[in-house]
Formats: sequence, structure tokens, C-alpha cells
Amino acid sequence: MNNKAHNPLFHVSRRAALPWYRAWGIRAAALLIALLACALITNLITGLNPLAVYATIWQGSFGSARRAWVLFQNIAMLLCVSLAITPAFRMRCWNLGGDGQMLIGCLATTACMILLGGKLPNWVVILCMLVSSILAGAIWAAIPAIFKAKWNTNETLFTLMMNYVATQLVAYYIIIWEVPKGAGKIGIINQSTQAGWLPQIGSYKYLLNIIVVALVCVAMYVYLNYSKHGYEIAVVGESERTARYVGIKVERVIVRTMLLSGAVCGLAGMLLVGGTEHTLTTTITSGRGFTAVMVSWLAKFNPIWMVLTSFLLVFLERGAGQIATSFGLSSSYADILTGLILFFIIGSEFFINYQINFRHAAGKED
Amino acid sequence: MSLDNKTAAVKMRNITKSFGPVLANDKVWLDIYRGEILALLGENGSGKTTLMNMLSGIYFPDEGTISIDGRDVVIRSPKDAFDLGIGMIHQHFKLVDVLTAAENIVLGLPGKLDLKAASEKIRGICSAYGFEVDPDQKIYDMSVSQKQTVEIVKVLYRGADILILDEPTAVLTPQETDKLFAVLRNMRDDGKAIVIITHKMHEVEALSDRVAILRHGQFIGDMPTKQTNAQEMTNMMVGHAVTLNIDRPEPVNPKPRIEVKGLTVRSIDGILKLEDVSFTANSGEILGIAGISGCGQKELLESIAGLQPVEAGSISYIEDDGTREELIGKDPLSIAEMGVSLSFVPEDRLGMGLVANMDLADNMMLRSFRKGHSLFTDRRTPKELAQAVVQNLEVSTPGISTPVRRLSGGNVQKVLVGREISSAPTVLLTAYAVRGLDINSSYTIYDLINKQKAEGVAIIYVGEDLDVLLELADRILVLCGGKVSGIIPGRGANKRDVGLMMTKLGGKADE
Amino acid sequence: MFDFVSFIPRAIMQGIPLLCGSTGETLTEKSGNLNLGIPGIMYVGAISGVMGAFFYEQAVGPANISPFLAIAIPLLCCMLGSFLMGLLYCFLTVSLRANQNVTGLALTTFGVGFGNFFGGSLIKLSGSDVPAIVLSATSSYFRRTLPFASTTGWFGKIFLSYGFLAYLAVILSLVAAYILKRTRVGLHLRAVGESPNTADAAGINVGRYKYVATCTGSMIAGLGGLYYIMDYTSGIWSSDAFGDRGWLAIALVIFTVWRPNVGVLASFLFGGLYILHMYIPSGMNLAIKELYKMIPYVVTIVVLVISSLRNKRENQPPASLGLAFFREER
Repeated sequence: MNNKAHNPLFHVSRRAALPWYRAWGIRAAALLIALLACALITNLITGLNPLAVYATIWQGSFGSARRAWVLFQNIAMLLCVSLAITPAFRMRCWNLGGDGQMLIGCLATTACMILLGGKLPNWVVILCMLVSSILAGAIWAAIPAIFKAKWNTNETLFTLMMNYVATQLVAYYIIIWEVPKGAGKIGIINQSTQAGWLPQIGSYKYLLNIIVVALVCVAMYVYLNYSKHGYEIAVVGESERTARYVGIKVERVIVRTMLLSGAVCGLAGMLLVGGTEHTLTTTITSGRGFTAVMVSWLAKFNPIWMVLTSFLLVFLERGAGQIATSFGLSSSYADILTGLILFFIIGSEFFINYQINFRHAAGKED
Repeated sequence: MSLDNKTAAVKMRNITKSFGPVLANDKVWLDIYRGEILALLGENGSGKTTLMNMLSGIYFPDEGTISIDGRDVVIRSPKDAFDLGIGMIHQHFKLVDVLTAAENIVLGLPGKLDLKAASEKIRGICSAYGFEVDPDQKIYDMSVSQKQTVEIVKVLYRGADILILDEPTAVLTPQETDKLFAVLRNMRDDGKAIVIITHKMHEVEALSDRVAILRHGQFIGDMPTKQTNAQEMTNMMVGHAVTLNIDRPEPVNPKPRIEVKGLTVRSIDGILKLEDVSFTANSGEILGIAGISGCGQKELLESIAGLQPVEAGSISYIEDDGTREELIGKDPLSIAEMGVSLSFVPEDRLGMGLVANMDLADNMMLRSFRKGHSLFTDRRTPKELAQAVVQNLEVSTPGISTPVRRLSGGNVQKVLVGREISSAPTVLLTAYAVRGLDINSSYTIYDLINKQKAEGVAIIYVGEDLDVLLELADRILVLCGGKVSGIIPGRGANKRDVGLMMTKLGGKADE
Repeated sequence: MFDFVSFIPRAIMQGIPLLCGSTGETLTEKSGNLNLGIPGIMYVGAISGVMGAFFYEQAVGPANISPFLAIAIPLLCCMLGSFLMGLLYCFLTVSLRANQNVTGLALTTFGVGFGNFFGGSLIKLSGSDVPAIVLSATSSYFRRTLPFASTTGWFGKIFLSYGFLAYLAVILSLVAAYILKRTRVGLHLRAVGESPNTADAAGINVGRYKYVATCTGSMIAGLGGLYYIMDYTSGIWSSDAFGDRGWLAIALVIFTVWRPNVGVLASFLFGGLYILHMYIPSGMNLAIKELYKMIPYVVTIVVLVISSLRNKRENQPPASLGLAFFREER
């Protein structure tokens, strides 16, 4: 060892709590830097000048009334799944199965539309769709939940695998119900009768979905923050032992919360199929169950902030999609930009929780 | 023996370290000599552990210099500390549970992995100092004192000649403590420098050659142990004169409250934790539970609180009019619904009794959130309770919306005890209520417990400091390996006898 | 009669990407990092290799390819790509102490997007009619089998008929198992994953171990992606072709109780399950085939449940898995 060892150049220590506005300031700064980086990369690939990049992103989201409606519809869907998985996340139960739970909701909805459509009054069909999709989603979430509660089976991988099981199940029924035979797809269901299609409000195709999700959002906020159930979820998430100590039945809370999670995912599936898509494919959920994880986490599991974060992610995706179309790039470009921006925001948390203290190069003489 | 002849092995000068707004060490000076046992004294939060952690490379000082044998050094990591011959035995053992003793001991050393040679060397060290370690035993199979032995061997294996022990006796029986002290004296005579962090006065007096005292992160002074006494040291630690006596009022009108009969409990792995335990706890009385840690104290309390599945036996709650309720087979919720007001201060405050990340008010809600038929929680009452607890128990906190993990150990305990006694319990279970608390906080807790006793609460107090137990409890139940070794009156009980009962059923030495 | 001689080699070839992924993830998890970015990393590994091979083939023309460069260039590109992904993961989770789950998922989003984007761009560059890149020249070197593979009958088919990456994958996992169990580096790595505070107090550079293990793991996983393209599909890249193998690889880690040597057989088993639907006679019923494709996932679930039922201490995940380490945490 040297006689004269040098002090480390810098030293990291944990911060005391930051006021909320500074924390969000740091996040906003990270977002800005991320957007700059995106513009730079887009500029390298397409030669588009950075301002034009933002203009194109803006175009992709708000370029026309139709695009704006699609944007809000996508936000609503993503927000709905994010709201669904949030109770589980607050409980530290990593439900990555949002996709599968939504998909199985889609499947249940489709089944009602195909099998019951035209045979029962339309409102009965819709009621059946609602009930069956919620039940299906709930069951899909309950299976991993029961094993988690009983034997502490790893829920991350369990729910993940349930996604693929759901996908294959949907693939199976698509072939059963395919129209025409051998097409390998279902097409628009009940196009002529519109049986089981959710009603439109005025001439706005997407408005109903958006309103429903807004209501779910407020309800979830109240449920998580002010109800006894919400409090139990928070306690279980923080410490199962504390929960047992005060007499909370942890197993019951886990299963109940996952049921809720799955039910809302199922509802999202119903809104998607019954409200806008009117068809079923294996990729109908577009990976929203995964994106929802980021939405929820970025918003610190707060339903109201999640409106913002889901807006952010959908806005970027649509914008990047627009760049991709207008330059003939692959649509995966959106994933790259989303990933990049996430890296910046994830990294920025460090500067909220820790501070870096630079020190002088040499130690003081004594 | 003159201190002046010895060279200072370690000189710490102007050491300052802060954690956020908290100044843990403020310009501390400390000298450590070879061939001497230094007791580092101070209340909790006075910065003893922080100071030693900087010497062992866990923390890095914000300011100040450290020199070893007269040479300025920079200790950036535990590795640097090892290279300088500094080894620290932490209060929470730094051992990997799934590895064997030998694997843990060679952890972090360079060179080819040769566990056989390592085992040989370990046996050599063990026979030199009189340890017993099986190099191939997994850590999770070991008792607390075995783990501590592994820690000490680990430090010696690396050739450390400056040893730091952070509250090493907290988990040991009196007999194990004596053994440890003998080893430490051995090492001192071997020329090693030894620092022991503690706040047990009798240990300081029995073991150390010199004491150094910290208070609120500042260095107060050091002196040869022989030239001082417990009262003076305590006053220096606390900063003002304190009385060291614990009150023990006579129980008023004791009546049986909890009757335990033939209680037998097995852990999930099928190990017998309690075997045929029977006793009665009376109202207005403190029943102390003594025993080596892990002898079934936790299971006993958790069985009464409805948290532990029981294999056999009965636990009856007896009301003033003599009606009995069986508690076994009920969970905490149904016990509360029966109208039994039972409070429990568990050993693991932040992991069980409280939610570390929630604020004071939300933690008060833990016990009360179910009240009322509304779907929603009542937020006002817990807030008022939190205010009251902060005021009455003098909890030092920025406010009731501070997460409890930001509070110091003593304040955390006050919050927990405050909540538990707020429900006017008839039974109060406490496990290691003053563990890790400084003298002032400890006395606050003793006072609170005595107040509950005066109000007629049946108190079961699991303790580890026998001196306190002997002064506080009306009766003492000694557990040994999950069995009742004996129940003796607290007044007039002798520490040696209790110690023997802890290690041997009935406590009779074979003579 | 079930055709084992054709089934087993195909199962093994299916299993190799899973083996690489799970060996890589095991090393990573042993350091306490739960890298859910493995699926993305395998995509990046694959596309990096493909890009290297593509530009090399374009530069010299398929006729003048040197065997050495045809293998070295994609291999190096692949390892570089997946190394950078691992580095990014480490920087975020180790240096910046970000949440591992979220970082991993973001990495997967990014990696899959990266793969498909550049794959799509190359397809455009090559101006081919089908939406795929065909690198048959490079692939032929990767697919070169051991001598005697075709002359020794069933023995050759089952044991000798693979490209060198397959053998490399098996060797890597055996080496990884040896290192973990028998060497000091392995001991230190296990300690880091079990209890970083302990390892740190013992003078082990926790950050460095996490970085090295995770980046090495990423590179091994990336090889799985490269193998899939260059060997299994004979050098044909098409979008999303790699599918969900990355997730199965992560599931395999639990199945093998964090032992890469067990992973060798387990991955072949899973490879078999993955293609089993092609070997189950189902006649003209296409729908039922979709149900057969569920098998690997259902088996994974069953395995998860079974492994959660047995509670041996040695079979538990590394104790600090998923947690960030900060020395001065109080």
C-alpha cells in the first residue's frame, strides 16, 4: 500500500427525502434528456432534423382527430391494464400476467359474441360478455395466486407462463371459429348484426371505453388509498409478518387482490373486443400487460399519476410508429425509443434516492 | 502497567461522518493500543458502531484521518482494512447461511480454493485459543454462539491483530460470555489490540483495560477502567446524572390471567421448540422469561398471541370472574373479537410490530383499521393517537407523517409500545423490549411496563439482560431447550443460579 | 412408432438456445441479479451476429468467404452486442441501483425491438422477396458437424450431428457448474448473491462480481440467439422468429435449481417438449396442434409448483436475488 493513498474521487450516499417537486423535476429532466437522445438517434438513422422528429411524433399522436381518438383509446386500454395490475404490485406480487388475463377476457367476450349473438337480446349478450370476461380474467389470475398463497410459488414466472397458455388457447379457438374455414382468422364478428358490440356514445366510437376506464381509475385510486382492503394490501406488501401479527389473513388478501387484478384485466379485454376491435387474434393485447408494468412502476403505483405515464408511453409509441411509417422503417422502431426513454427514467431514480459527493483529490494534511 | 510505554496501533483524528441530516460522528479522536482491551462506550445512536465501521472499511469518513502504526492510511473497503490487520465482528453476523464454516472463513481471500488446507489451519487456530468449530458444518445449522466463534476464527484466520467486537455478548449466556472473555484476554496477552463495543457496565468493568466514551457522536473522554466506576461512566455517556435502579413495586391483588398447560410446539421443519410448558401469569405482575436465545421464547409468546400453530396443550385466558377462554386455534383477529385485549411487543420491531415504510399515523392504524362497518378506513383517530403517543412518550420525530424507519431504535420502540398499551390491554407480551436501546430509553420502557403492572395488566417479559430481569420481574420462568427449567421468585434470585438453569434443566451443577 | 432418431437431435437443437439462456441467467442470478432482460439480450445477440455476417457476406461476396472470418465475425459481433446489453443492465441496476424487474423488462422491450428493427432494415437492404434474411453461406460453417456424423448411423445422428456452438454451449455450462462449485471465484460469487453485505465485509468487490457475472451471463445467453439463427434455422432471420425462448430459459433456471450442469439435460427435455406437437399425430385437426403447443408452458408451471413444494435450503434462490446492494444502507 502506498504511503500516500488517494481518497476516492467521489462517494455516494443516500439522500434524505427529497421534496416531491424536486423528485418530479429530476424525472422531467431525465425525460427531456431521453427525448433529446431519441431525436439524435432518429436523426442519425433517418437524417430528419431533430425538430422535425418531434413534429412527426406530435403528428403521429395529434395529427388528425382520428389519430387523437386512437391515441386516447390506446391510453385508455393501457391504463386499464396498468390499473389492473397495480393492486398486485402494491402487494409486491409481481403479476406479469396482465397480457394473458386480458387475452382470456377477450376470448370469453368473443365466445359470448359468437355463440350468443343474435340468439339473445343484445343487452343480455353484453351482460354475459361483461360477466364472463371478468370471471375469466379473475380465474386466470387466481390460479397463480392460490399457489403463491399456499406454497409461495414464484408468481412472476407462473403468471408469465399463463400468458402463453392463454395465447395457445386463443389460437385453438381461432381455428375452431375461423371464418371462412381455413383462413386461420376470425375476421370481424357479427359485422352485419353488430350483436354484442358495445353501444357507441353519439358518433364517438372510443368514448365509452375512455369513460369506463376513467371511472375505473378513480375507483382504483379510492380503493387503494382509502379502503380497508387497500390498507391491508399495503401492509401485506410491506411485510407479511406484520400483516399476520395484526391478524390480516395474508393468503386471503393475496388471492382476493389477484382476483381483482385479473377481473379488471378481463374487463379491459371485454372493452377491447366488444368496444373497438370486434375480432380476436393472438396478439390483440399488443403486449400491454408488460408495458403496464412500466406504467405502474413509473407512476409509483399511484393510479392518478398512471394517467400521465400511460399517456407518455402511448404518445411515444404512436409517434415513433409515425416516424417508422413515414420513413419506411420497421414498426419496431417504437420499441427501441420506448426502451431508451425507460432507461433514462429508470436511471434517474438513482439521483432521487442518492447523492454523489465529490471530494478533493488529495486528503487534508494533518 | 503503564499505558505510555505502548505504541498506539490506531490513531483516529477528527473523524466526521453524517448520514443525510444526521451527524453520526463529529470530529472524533480515538487511540487504540496493542496488548489492551478498549471498551467503547456510548448510548445507542452515539456513533460507536459508525466509528468502528469506518475503521473496518464499511463506511467512508466524510472528514478526518486514520493512521495505523504511525502511518496515514485510507481505508476504502473492508479489503483495505484486512490488509492493515483490522478485523471486525459485527453485531449482525456477516456469515452466509448456506455455506459451511470453512467456506465462510476463507471467503474473500485470494488464491486457489483448497478447503482441506483451510480446515487444517482452522483447527490449528481453534486449538491455540480453545474454540470449537466444525469446519464442514453449515452456518444455518449453528447456534448463535457457534456463529460468533466462526466470526472470531474468521478474523484470526486473516491474521488480524486489531480486533473490533460489536456488542458480542448480546446473544450469549453468562457461561458463554465468560468463555469469550477468557479468549479475549488470551488474545490481548498475545499482543493484539481489542476494541469491544458494549453498553453493559459490568462487562466493561470485568474485561476492559481502558474505556472511551462517545455521546451524540462526540468523543467525551477516555480513561483506564480501574480509575473509574459504573456510575461515573454512565453519567458521562448520558451527559447527566442518572439513577441505575429499576423499581419493583409489590404486585397488587394478583389473580391468574393466563394459564398455559402442557404447551408443545414444533417448527415447520419438525424441530421441537417447546415441550410440555406449563405456567400461570397473574394480573398485576411481571413474569420474566429467561433463557438462551432461541430456546422457545419466541414460540411461547407467539403461541399466546395466536401466531404459532400448536401441537398440544392449552392456553386459557381467565377473566376476573373466573370464566375461561381457550386461545389455542385462534388467530389474532379472533382473539381480539372474543374481547380479549392482548398486546404484543414483538422482538422484530420493524419487521413484525410495525411497517417500516409507513408513517406513525398509519402504523397506529395497524391495530384499529378494522373498526366500524364502513368500507373505508378511519384516518382521524390513528392520527390523534399518534400525536398522543409522540407527546406522552416523548418520541423524537419530525412529525407523525415520518416513516418509522427514519426513527432511531429507541423511538421506534416507544411508538410500538405506545400503540400496544393504548388499547388498555389486560395482557402484555414483550420480547426483548429494550434490546439495542440506550439507557434513557430503556428506563422509559421499564417505567411504562411498571405502570401497566400497576394498572393490573398481566405482563410476560422476555429479556436477555439477566441483571435487568432480576431487578424487574416478580417471578422468573427459565427456559432451557424448550422446556421449563424452573420458576423462581424474582426477589432474591441469584444470577449464577439462573444462568445455570438456562443451560441445564433444573440448574443443579454436577458436583 | 415414435421416431427417436429424428426426434432427439431436433430436441437437442431446440434445447441449445434454452441451455445458453439458462446458463447465462444462472450465473447472473448467482450474483443476485434477476435479469428479466435475457429475452431481449438473446435477440440482440442474434441480430448482432446476423449483421456481422450480413455485412461480411455483402463485402466479399458469398463465394470468397474465409471459413475463419465467417465464424469469427458473427461470433464477436454477437458477444459484443450481448455484452453491451449486460453492461447496460449492470449500470442501471448495480451502479444506479434501479429496480431489477423493471430494468429487465425495459431491456427486453428494447432488445426485441432492436432485433426486429435492424432485422427489418437488413431485409430491406437485401431487397429479398420474402421477409427474411438468408445467410446460408455463413450458416454452412456454423452447421459443420463433427466427422463421422453421417457414417455412424443413429449414434452419429444423436451425438455428432451438431454445429460447434452446440458443443460449446454444453461445455460452457459444465465449466460454469465447475466454477460455481469448486473454485474460489465461484464461492465468492455465491456469497455475493446470498449476502452481498457479508461478501463486502469479507473484502470481496461486490460490484465487480455482479458486473462480471452478469455481463458474462449475457454473452452466453447471446450465443443462444446466435446459435438459433446460424444453426437451427440455417441462417434465416425473420421477425419475432426467436419467440419466447428467452422466458423459457429463465424458467429453466428455477427448474435446474441454479445448477448449470443439470441445465444440460433439462434444456434438452424442454427442447423436446417445445417440438413435441410436431411429433404427436393429430391428423387434419389443426386446432388441436395449438393445444399441444401449450405443453412446455404447462410443464414449466408444474415444475414451478413442484419446486416450491420442496423446501431444501440448498435449493432456494440466492437470498438477495432482486435486491440492490448499497454498502452504507442502514
